[in-house]
Amino acid sequence: MSSPIIVGIKRVIDYSVRVRVKPDGTGVVTDGVKMSINPFDEIALEEALRIKERNLAGEIIAVSIGPSDAQQQLRTALAMGADRAILVQVDQPAEPLTAARVFLKLAQKHSPQLVILGKQAIDDDNGQTAQMLAALWDRPQATFASKLELDGGKARVTREVDVGLETIEVDLPAVVSTDLRLNEPRYVKLPDIMKAKKKPLDVTSLSDLGVEVSATGIRTLKFEAPAARSRGVIVKSVPELIAALKQRGVL
Amino acid sequence: MSRILIVGEHAQGKLNVSTAKCVNCAKAIPDAQIDVVLLGSELSSVAAQAAALDGVQKVLSVERSENAEPLAAVFAPQIAALAKGYGHVFGPSTTYGKDLMPRVAALLGVSQISDIMAVESATRFRRPVYASNVILTVEAPAGKTVVATVRTASFQPTGSAGKAAIEATKVEAALPTYTRFVSRSQASGDRPDLQTAARVVSGGRALASAENFKLLYRLADALGAAVGASRAAVDAGYAPNELQVGQTGKIIAPELYIALGISGAIQHLTGIKDARTIVAINKDSEAPIFEVADVGLVGDLFALLPELEQAILAAK
Repeated sequence: MSSPIIVGIKRVIDYSVRVRVKPDGTGVVTDGVKMSINPFDEIALEEALRIKERNLAGEIIAVSIGPSDAQQQLRTALAMGADRAILVQVDQPAEPLTAARVFLKLAQKHSPQLVILGKQAIDDDNGQTAQMLAALWDRPQATFASKLELDGGKARVTREVDVGLETIEVDLPAVVSTDLRLNEPRYVKLPDIMKAKKKPLDVTSLSDLGVEVSATGIRTLKFEAPAARSRGVIVKSVPELIAALKQRGVL
Repeated sequence: MSRILIVGEHAQGKLNVSTAKCVNCAKAIPDAQIDVVLLGSELSSVAAQAAALDGVQKVLSVERSENAEPLAAVFAPQIAALAKGYGHVFGPSTTYGKDLMPRVAALLGVSQISDIMAVESATRFRRPVYASNVILTVEAPAGKTVVATVRTASFQPTGSAGKAAIEATKVEAALPTYTRFVSRSQASGDRPDLQTAARVVSGGRALASAENFKLLYRLADALGAAVGASRAAVDAGYAPNELQVGQTGKIIAPELYIALGISGAIQHLTGIKDARTIVAINKDSEAPIFEVADVGLVGDLFALLPELEQAILAAK
């Protein structure tokens, strides 16, 4: 099959950074902070690349919605193996509903067999875009995927749910959101970084795509650090531990 | 008056406790009038359980054969149709609710609030971001349906002495057939469910093998506890995926959490922050888990585990 696959690539603060709230509560500190591809999005791209390597997909299109600097993450995606990239440049972070509307426009334009997105971004932890896209596109969704098998015009997806694993079958095209154990993303090699510089990266905007930003979105009023748990007592033996638990009324 | 619709969760004739937690969250909204909607193929037993939840006015029971399995693509159009007339539609932040509620919101053309941890007003909520390292206060737009998931670890379940009416409900909605349920594998057995258990015993990489991980089950059984695991232990293959506790696994709030051989990566701590008492046993006295533990014990896991099991059995 030669249908393309669209993959979402979000620029986020690297998972290893200890995020700090700005003293005035208007946001988090980003100056000099390492930025990366959202880890779940790397998994999404890896899965798309593996499908293509089995000759089951055409172009792999990496899409980011973010600031101009998100081109860095798209270049990394191209170095990993995406065929081309699209940056939908925005000044303010896009809400999941806006992001879903962007992916809908791109899905209508490129007719992909799959749109693969991360199950959540590790910055806003919303976990909504895939499901919203599936609703707007009126197509199946397979969220929290840990296994994806294509079979003609269908996909069989194993999902990580609270009780264990659930398997569903969906008709294509469909939207898949990735869980951690779907695959292990490849490392980028230097020659691939050089090659990636020659691959197309188009910059567009919400208005070019005809996507309206909802004026009635959810507003963030304040950022705060959470209340910290304080350090407790260190006991020296099991009997002391049992006594401490009894004293706290949990045993 | 705020009319609130709670999307109930159930399986095998049992209402999930997340529903009672959503009701408690909804009760924090001034002037709340709370209904619960249940979708399924055979609902008499779960509808009765939902009707007993304190604070619920009415249970809408939507029985049809297509609702036998909780497929978001099938449930969402029905809930979106029922949402008219409600100011709020809440579901739990379980995998069921996280899968379903954004689809409902998009069908209604509204944004969704994920993981409500506190209610400040009918439109103002607090929610965690950056793996709970930052807490946001957010405001939903006035005059629009507020669709949200409720962070189950942040709320106690409501009581069960209520007597709500149960209303068999028909919904006019075209249901897609492009998603089909195939199978579900459940690993838990007789132990309490990790998401809702009052006590949890969790193991990390220091257990060093799947064989050793079984020692944990003995301790858990002595305590009547559920078993959890760190991501490192799951990735190493010592424990199955569904036992993972942390940012990308389960976020839990048991009365007692015992962490064995877990160093305490920030992603893991995110999953246990709301536990009432955290106990850590680790051979490394510098492990970050001790920064959040209420009671810590430094020592060799394999020497301490049998001793602890005996002591707990003796303390019963």
